[in-house]
Amino acid sequence: MAKLMTLSKAIREFVNDGDLIYAAGFTHLIPFAAGHEIIRQQKRDLILARATPDLIYDQIVAAGCARKVIFSYMGNPGVGSLRIVRKEIENGKLEWEEYSHFSMISRLQAGATGLPFMPMNPTAAKDLESLNSEYRMVKDPYSGKDVVVVPALKPDVAIVHVQRADAEGNAQIWGIIGEQKEAAFASGHVILTAEEIVEEDVIRSDPNRTIIPGFIVDAVCHTPYCAHPSYTQGYYDRDNVFYLEWDQISKDEMATKNYLEEWIYGVNDRIEYWEKLGVETHKRLQIKKRMSIPVDYGCY
Amino acid sequence: MNNQANHVASPELLTINAARLLRDGDVVFVGVGLPNLACNLAKRTHAPNLVMIYEAGVIGAQPVRLPLSIGDPTLVSGALSVCSMYDIFAFYLQRGNVDVGFLGGAQIDRFGNINATIIGSDYYHPKVRLPGSGGSMEISAWANRCYIITPHQKRRFPERVDFRTSAGFLDGGDERKKADLRGAGPQAVVTDIGILEPDENGELTLVSLHPGKTEEQARENTGWALKTVNNIKVTDHPTENELQILRVELDPDRIYLKGGE
Repeated sequence: MAKLMTLSKAIREFVNDGDLIYAAGFTHLIPFAAGHEIIRQQKRDLILARATPDLIYDQIVAAGCARKVIFSYMGNPGVGSLRIVRKEIENGKLEWEEYSHFSMISRLQAGATGLPFMPMNPTAAKDLESLNSEYRMVKDPYSGKDVVVVPALKPDVAIVHVQRADAEGNAQIWGIIGEQKEAAFASGHVILTAEEIVEEDVIRSDPNRTIIPGFIVDAVCHTPYCAHPSYTQGYYDRDNVFYLEWDQISKDEMATKNYLEEWIYGVNDRIEYWEKLGVETHKRLQIKKRMSIPVDYGCY
Repeated sequence: MNNQANHVASPELLTINAARLLRDGDVVFVGVGLPNLACNLAKRTHAPNLVMIYEAGVIGAQPVRLPLSIGDPTLVSGALSVCSMYDIFAFYLQRGNVDVGFLGGAQIDRFGNINATIIGSDYYHPKVRLPGSGGSMEISAWANRCYIITPHQKRRFPERVDFRTSAGFLDGGDERKKADLRGAGPQAVVTDIGILEPDENGELTLVSLHPGKTEEQARENTGWALKTVNNIKVTDHPTENELQILRVELDPDRIYLKGGE
């Protein structure tokens, strides 16, 4: 039971200044509440890795917690530019390391499987490969042809949001599973945030849905609405109004500062944040049910 | 209706002509925005067996609304399968299970190479920092056919891209062949003026014009000496059915279809 703790305690205990963090989730299940907690605790010099930095890293960078980003697509998904990360990069204030999606994910795959690197077929688009020295070319020892390799990514901490987990951290996700499993297995520590904490029986009733086993998890944090403003399949929709608003807020330093002040420093935790969003927003993000048909695992 | 059909906005023209390039049964790597509209349009017209897959790891999606982003749960509800991002790029794309990839970018050059990374000559001090590759580096290399959808503007069509985010025909000739990529590369660039296709040398060449558009317009808006085929075609005018599906079913709020003339 010792793993069950508040998100605040988990971030205090497992995220250190200078750490390489991977907050997982490919535009779905993004652990925003954890990002906000990192900002509140004023962590410093973090290296932030994510295929799509998304608003969560824009905010962490805006709050001065990061020294570097590692990414493969730097945009505000579906909206446009990721203004703060972009501006800091353009102004030379933020280090960065850039990949394609597949090479980014291959780095995690290597990290997650204990391999030193992962090979990929060449793409012939060599500009990025020639600028990022982590890309190397080696000979396939069998055919003699060139393959591109990227080194294992081994974050200090992965933060993964899931629909449900038990108190030991056996975690189930449905919907887009992006790179959550890979991020968890690649990392030194795993912080899990969950919409619901369920009994072990619930997990055992549907083992195929468990993508992260409890024994690699360090902290389990019951954090409903953790992913707002992003989506959680079956629980709530993306707050697209906010994604569009952030496009405006992030244009302006004062507006950004005010946002951090009001919505991050100004609240204690996700519960307060969610209440502050108000009933109208809650209603707007509600979704209708669409149940799967149960499967019969059988008794053996 | 006739009146409506006569006033076709540029994004509609792009979407409809892109949709027509798809074949029934194609497995398509779809992006949000116009490619998503084009695939849904094709599926509702001539290609009911189109299989839409998304880089977030969704196979056989049947989105009931326009996805807000590439990871929208509407792609998952009712889909055939969901897999990890590693799996979608490795098992599906790298393995050769994707027929068509859609691409876009800030710049497309004479040989169909695409830039989605920086504007300027210095990667470390760019004039403009763009989002970067995302999935495009691998899609352009490994999808059997690639289609590019873009407004036809001179700044978007330089002789040579500032940064090669994804490979077209490289420097032309047999360079792509020598690079031993499994995909055939860009097969068509659909613009609001017409359609460009690579010639035997990999050089993008004007092969058709949309109704009312001229070769001069195409040349004026292209950053290299644009070649034109002898028997240049005129694309069929968007049909009422195509426009109706786009305007009424797919994008009634005109999120992606606004703009243009």
